[in-house]
Amino acid sequence: MRPWMPGALCAALLAAAPLSAQDVLTIGVRSEASSLDPHWTQLSADLQVQEHIFEKLVALDSASQPVPGLAVSWEPLDETTWEFKLREGVRWHDGESFTADDVIFTFDRLKGGISGAPASPAFQLDKGSKSWEKIDDYTIHITTDGPYPTVAEDLAMLPIVAEHAARGVTESVDFNSGQAAIGTGPFLFEEYSPGSRVTVKKNPGWWGGEVAWDQVVFRPVTQDASRLAALLNGDVDIIDYPPTVDLPQLREDPDFTVSTIPSDRLIYLMPGYKHVEPFITDNDGEVMVPNPLRDWRVRKALSLAVNREAIRDRIMGGASLPAKNIVPPGFFGYVEELEADPYDPEAAQALLEEAGYGEGFRITLHGPNDRYINDARILEAVAQMWSRVGITTEVDAMPRNIFFSRLIRGDELSMPGFDVPEFSMSMTGWGTVAGEATYTVSGTLETYNAATGGGNGNFGRYSNPEIDARSVLAKRTIDPDTRRGILQEAIRIGMADYAYIPLHFQVNNWAMRAGLEHQPRTNERTLATEISRVD
Amino acid sequence: MAEFIIRRALQALLVLLVMTLLVFFGVNVIGNPVYIFASSECDQACLTAIIEDLGLDRPIWQQYLTFLGNLLQGDLGKSFTHGIPALALIFERLPATLELAFAALVLALGAGLPLGIYAGLRPEGWGAKLIMAFSMVAFSLPVFWIGLIMILVFSVQLGWMPSVGRGETVDLGGLELSFLTLDGLHHLVMPALTLSLIMMAMVIRLARAGMREVLFSDYIKFARASGIRESRILGVHLLKNILIPIVTVLGMEFGGVIAFAVVVESIFSWPGVGKMLIDAIAVLDRPLIVAYLIFVVFMFVILNLLVDILYSVLDPRIRFGGQER
Repeated sequence: MRPWMPGALCAALLAAAPLSAQDVLTIGVRSEASSLDPHWTQLSADLQVQEHIFEKLVALDSASQPVPGLAVSWEPLDETTWEFKLREGVRWHDGESFTADDVIFTFDRLKGGISGAPASPAFQLDKGSKSWEKIDDYTIHITTDGPYPTVAEDLAMLPIVAEHAARGVTESVDFNSGQAAIGTGPFLFEEYSPGSRVTVKKNPGWWGGEVAWDQVVFRPVTQDASRLAALLNGDVDIIDYPPTVDLPQLREDPDFTVSTIPSDRLIYLMPGYKHVEPFITDNDGEVMVPNPLRDWRVRKALSLAVNREAIRDRIMGGASLPAKNIVPPGFFGYVEELEADPYDPEAAQALLEEAGYGEGFRITLHGPNDRYINDARILEAVAQMWSRVGITTEVDAMPRNIFFSRLIRGDELSMPGFDVPEFSMSMTGWGTVAGEATYTVSGTLETYNAATGGGNGNFGRYSNPEIDARSVLAKRTIDPDTRRGILQEAIRIGMADYAYIPLHFQVNNWAMRAGLEHQPRTNERTLATEISRVD
Repeated sequence: MAEFIIRRALQALLVLLVMTLLVFFGVNVIGNPVYIFASSECDQACLTAIIEDLGLDRPIWQQYLTFLGNLLQGDLGKSFTHGIPALALIFERLPATLELAFAALVLALGAGLPLGIYAGLRPEGWGAKLIMAFSMVAFSLPVFWIGLIMILVFSVQLGWMPSVGRGETVDLGGLELSFLTLDGLHHLVMPALTLSLIMMAMVIRLARAGMREVLFSDYIKFARASGIRESRILGVHLLKNILIPIVTVLGMEFGGVIAFAVVVESIFSWPGVGKMLIDAIAVLDRPLIVAYLIFVVFMFVILNLLVDILYSVLDPRIRFGGQER
């Protein structure tokens, strides 16, 4: 099919780099980085580029577990104080030494608020009411207002900027121009050309060792088909989110390889728990009282009626991991024995019968159509499967920018803190970014409480005191083993009660030209340091 | 002429005001950008902080008045995502789109006019039938499909063309232009061709129809009878008369091409304003969307005016008619 592929590839590489001896990696990414200020947004498209330039005290390995970054070690001194030992001999890109002052400056900068930033990560500092103190040039103490176990996980979200370069910088453009984009990371800022490319070049003095690439170019190609075409003709070396329909072909093609890993993003169906739910009606169209979804047998029936293998094989191109767990394998809090519900429509119908809904009812399933991999098609499939067991399901899929407002806030006029989520059954996703289950349990299973932040992702308004007690306890338990036990208990209780209906973990895929090796990451980011040449 | 332009300018101001109302309120009732930016771990305090940072905590009419006040000073607000004045972002991206649109226009006219004129001169010939068939196809096939097929054939299968992006640029008085470099041209060909197809088909059809009409009119017959060279009849008398509808349609069409080259830009990852608009809508970057739409309205108003002026140059009747009143 592509007889002179290698030729085209060489030509493209030569065109990109006049010095042919250079090793250049071109990454085709789905979304563009909107800023190089690491404290500007929480959008992963931004973070993935920034991670090449800036580093954090705590890094995350490919399974999102905390490992030493700019801090070499950390430990709790007592219930509320954590000591972080910083890495010595690290230099900023402009040659200055990295010290505790930079860390203190970074935290102060965040605390002070980044003016105009649509979403700075400052809230990670507010969690546990952290305060910070420099002990010496390479030691800092973090104090919390009570026992707080996930200090390291929170700090893994906070990129450290250079005091001498970023002091006084308030405009994100100063980072985009490179003036303040001085980090400690494996790559130096080279060029930021909006809409077109971000280029970084090798940091020869990186503390982490020799960097394999002389130059890395991120090129945004939003359209899936175009991104794939750019890979096929050699314009780029590797792409994220290859279209799932093309995965089987890519896997078979000797010119390309695909790397795969389950992601931290759980896709699940969230029932609404209000006494009366507007989108749940009987077969005559009358709103049902009480809401049948409050009966756990109905929720279990809905779960059993979904054929997760069929979704994986026929919609996801094999790229999904059917689940009942709420964090993926390898994450802190994963429960070994929880296995995805089997497809059993007879049992589902029997359960509905038992619960008194033998004649079925009607439901509207809401979801986004541009947020998760193949989301609209999954919604259609689930609706058909549910309709087959007697629950006539209508799908209402909408763009994410509308979906999330209605999901979280409901009516536009509701007061902040008194949100009334609108949907009676919705499909959403939850990414366990920090690599551990504390905030997944608290966010999705705990009772909604605007003041404590509990249940801030619990849009069905599920409420179970047994889980609440454990979730609150886990958030205050320092000892990892005890905490893991508590979290697993909470997850077991929640899943036995079918608090929500997990479908699958998304599987992250990357497609690249043959001759590259990639260590994929659960958190969906594409890092050049994890890509190497083998040819 | 002066009165005409002033009247037009006043109309334009009114249109602009109405548009700011429509656009501002329209964009502000769709979704809520806060939930796009906030990470899932963001609690109520953090949400409130974002709402304040984006200036969404004030009532919408207050936001509108501030917006209007700033607009009068030429300030269209700052983009949420980029934190840069929206107008600066638009002008940063505009050269790429203009370049693409002009290249498409040149292709459409350069190929469309001769083809259309030929088809009008020899309507029964095979050539004419082929040309008309081509224009039919170019009209009816969706642009994104043509773009993808072009990428598939010329970049993936044949490997002749780069698939996406803009080539090397040179700085020409502050404008980054890519059509002056070989690499830039190479990248420009496919998107420009894709974008030009509909315009080209339109030019062919208009030119052919115009030819058929004008060719049999009395003044052409008289011109022929008085022995004027055929090339002069074709190049001056005919061309001038068929150009009027073409200029009208292309003027408007060109505005549309600049404003909404969205599809072509996203297929070819062309770093222009169309792609920027799509990205802005995806994250509900309200100031950027509003600024862009206002900018587009402004551009259409100007284009309209230019078309009218060009008209009167091409067709003296319009000019004289205006003066007699």
